[in-house]
Amino acid sequence: MAVTSEIQAPRSGRIAPKYTRHGSSRGNFEMLAWLFMRVSGLVLVVLVFGHLFVNLMVGEGVHAIDFGFVAGKWADPFWQIWDLAMLWLAMLHGTNGVRTIINDYADKDGTRFWLKSVLYAATAVIIVLGTLVIFTFDPCPPNAAAELLPSFCPAP
Amino acid sequence: MWSWVGHRVTGVAIFFFLLVHVLDTALVRVSPEAYNVVIATYKNPFMALLEAGLVAAIVFHAFNGLRVILVDFWKKGPKYQAQLLWGVVGLWVLVMVPFLIRHLTLAFTGGH
Repeated sequence: MAVTSEIQAPRSGRIAPKYTRHGSSRGNFEMLAWLFMRVSGLVLVVLVFGHLFVNLMVGEGVHAIDFGFVAGKWADPFWQIWDLAMLWLAMLHGTNGVRTIINDYADKDGTRFWLKSVLYAATAVIIVLGTLVIFTFDPCPPNAAAELLPSFCPAP
Repeated sequence: MWSWVGHRVTGVAIFFFLLVHVLDTALVRVSPEAYNVVIATYKNPFMALLEAGLVAAIVFHAFNGLRVILVDFWKKGPKYQAQLLWGVVGLWVLVMVPFLIRHLTLAFTGGH
């Protein structure tokens, strides 16, 4: 007499919670962070190489950098947007990278918590400060010495 | 393995530079004098060498990052990951040689 047995299709049923690959509370944050590193990295290669080329290679290079140089660039919305995108993407890319390193090397829960708290606080301060500077910047501040200002500023 | 170590080390170094770089650039909001005084302290041969090191780190991190993307998304990426690392090293040399010639020439001669 033949033995009959029911053969279940693999992984047909509900997966026990302890075997699911994504935790319920974290959602797919880590996957999105992983994807963000690749997408932002690709954009940053263009933004950062352009930034270095224009600021260090063209004209007098590093000698040309002073208030007038920065004011001349940020008088143009093109460079405001360029630098704003670079600021946000580079800070978030760098913060996520350092977060990964803290998770890898800081063994104690308390140490990880404090290191990441300091990291996130620094990131928030730098992103807010940098964004405010780009948008509230005045290339021709009143009461400044005229020879320090870009040439397009009206004579005092 | 060493490319992974290099990617981490250069990444952290660039991140800390970035914090300082946003702070020094924020001085344009204080006054033209404040910004120019601080930037002037960067314009010497020692800082030029540090800048060269920074750019070397950025260029490696950029090209190795592109390699990581290829390994992750290109179907033959994992198979050719070692050759891709030689590509990274080659491109790094190709970019760094003209950069160093131009930047160090500017930094060590002329200017103000």
